[in-house]
Amino acid sequence: MNNIFVYCEIDEGAVADVSLELLSKGKKLATELNCKLEAIVIGSKLDNIEKSLYPYGVDIVHKADDTRLYPYTTLPHCSIITRIFKEEKPQIALFGATSIGRDLAPRIASSLRCGLTADCTNLVIGEYTENKTGKEYKDLLYQIRPAFGGSIIATIVNPETRPQLATVREGVMKNEIFSNSYKGEVRNIKVASYLKDSDFIVKIIDRQIEAKKINIKSAPIIVAGGYGMGSKSGFNKLFELASLIGGEVGASRAAVDAGFAEHERQIGQTGVTVRPKLYIAAGISGAVQHRAGMDQSAQIISISNDPKAPINSIADYVIIGDVNDIIPKMIKYYKEKSK
Amino acid sequence: MGLRIIVLAKQVPDTRNVGKDAMKEDGTVNRGALPAIFNPEDLNALEQALRLKEKYAGTEVILLTMGPTRASEIIREALYRGADKGYLLTDRKFAGSDTLATSYAISLAIKKLAPYDLVISGRQAIDGDTAQVGPQTAEKLEIGQVTYAEEILGIENNKITIKRRLERGIEVVSSPLPLLVTVHGSAPACRTRNSKLFMKYKHSKTVTELQEATEDYIKLQKDRPYLTIEELSAADINVDSEMVGLSGSPTKVKKIENVVLAHKESKILSDQDKDIENLMKELIDNHIIG
Repeated sequence: MNNIFVYCEIDEGAVADVSLELLSKGKKLATELNCKLEAIVIGSKLDNIEKSLYPYGVDIVHKADDTRLYPYTTLPHCSIITRIFKEEKPQIALFGATSIGRDLAPRIASSLRCGLTADCTNLVIGEYTENKTGKEYKDLLYQIRPAFGGSIIATIVNPETRPQLATVREGVMKNEIFSNSYKGEVRNIKVASYLKDSDFIVKIIDRQIEAKKINIKSAPIIVAGGYGMGSKSGFNKLFELASLIGGEVGASRAAVDAGFAEHERQIGQTGVTVRPKLYIAAGISGAVQHRAGMDQSAQIISISNDPKAPINSIADYVIIGDVNDIIPKMIKYYKEKSK
Repeated sequence: MGLRIIVLAKQVPDTRNVGKDAMKEDGTVNRGALPAIFNPEDLNALEQALRLKEKYAGTEVILLTMGPTRASEIIREALYRGADKGYLLTDRKFAGSDTLATSYAISLAIKKLAPYDLVISGRQAIDGDTAQVGPQTAEKLEIGQVTYAEEILGIENNKITIKRRLERGIEVVSSPLPLLVTVHGSAPACRTRNSKLFMKYKHSKTVTELQEATEDYIKLQKDRPYLTIEELSAADINVDSEMVGLSGSPTKVKKIENVVLAHKESKILSDQDKDIENLMKELIDNHIIG
């Protein structure tokens, strides 16, 4: 009872990266709070899925396996989780801030009338004193997130309602195995008794999902382009430089919105958080939202024609000039010097 | 087949391009310097509703917003673009509401405006980026939800077909009505103001705004009732006061910190060949690349 729960998304037959990251964080929180870590997996053909979860220190895996549960639709997943939460009374429950987690968690929060914080960038245990009543709370989950377009960082707590619900974006928490020999137990959910026909009103007619091909999160070097690249073809030079120096191409939200790059490459508060050893920002002004997703990079190079671009203040090197002129020079001199 | 569509929209500070002008000297954002705008994805939502209105004769598009008096600006903006009517849900009791309390108030207002076939809103508002109010409102209305919609493909025999935009592709789903749909920013942009509608509605005002208006305005509104934007108070929708505002919000803000720009000692380089050559050499020598 009163354990920490993580909802595990299924992506291409395996548990999604963001869920594994949440289990890693959930284990640390569970250790601090001296409670158990439980996972909920809902989908189809989930044989042996628990084996990929135990190394994260998962004590109990709640498994709902039924052909109707994959691909994800809102209501059946919501019904199952809501009932598990009512029975198990978790103190904390975490979801990925994905198109699934952000669809599902608010519906669950509303159903249980619990507080939910979206897109947390940090989760910490701490105490809280209610201003009005002076009532003191111990061991609350601090849900820390940027707001107002990243211009402020807010710490949110849910003193009275349980579970304390939060969503977290991919890449924010680190994926860390707890112990490869850790063993937990599976609880198979009798799916039929959790669901009603009206949970299946939304039907999926067609689904065209591309395989995950870009993994900028784990790239040691990222060459990121912004709106200042000017066009989609402007990104070609970034791809050339990235492949030459063993990196991946990232993009700012403005560049993605303008259609210069795929959404999967988006870095920042509404994209992926990255911590490469080298981050090259080309034609990126560096709004707070973008910096939130890359400011932990070990080395940052900014290329910009604006000496006052905000990104320059966190860069180790600032090159002032035209990106379309400088990137080819970087390619040229890398080829010369690396021989 | 006329539909009755309620579009949920929010007036928000424009947080997208917090430029140098909105930065204070200490590196924090001066929120007062940000203009109040129609939340961008709510405009995408309005466009989807207006397209259905064109497609299915007799369809009525009603805009509902919750906020202070000045939020009537976005109701007028919606009327200029083709909405038929607007309601402003406003009351001091709502101040400090989190997403759960907000969705409670909005769901009661929607019930008051019933019947309806569709509720359409933007996926999220740019001041909070939570994307929670849509699904929470659907749950309180006990209807289904389809989030991340890019296009409403059509409605036939009380069944709606919707294309969704997900991280790595698309999904097409169908659902019976009524339904709540949240629209993604990749959906078509909203049409601009229609000049005839602008002339028609430019003098529209809420009841509160009329209290400060001149005699002429009050007479004009009497002659043309469509110029009055209706307000809904907490009492109008029978809210339980304990479930809105701070008391109805399970989430509490413990602390707010302004983000201050970190400053590093940067090395400034020019675009000259010599500088780039030295940089690449340094990166290779330090094993950062290569």
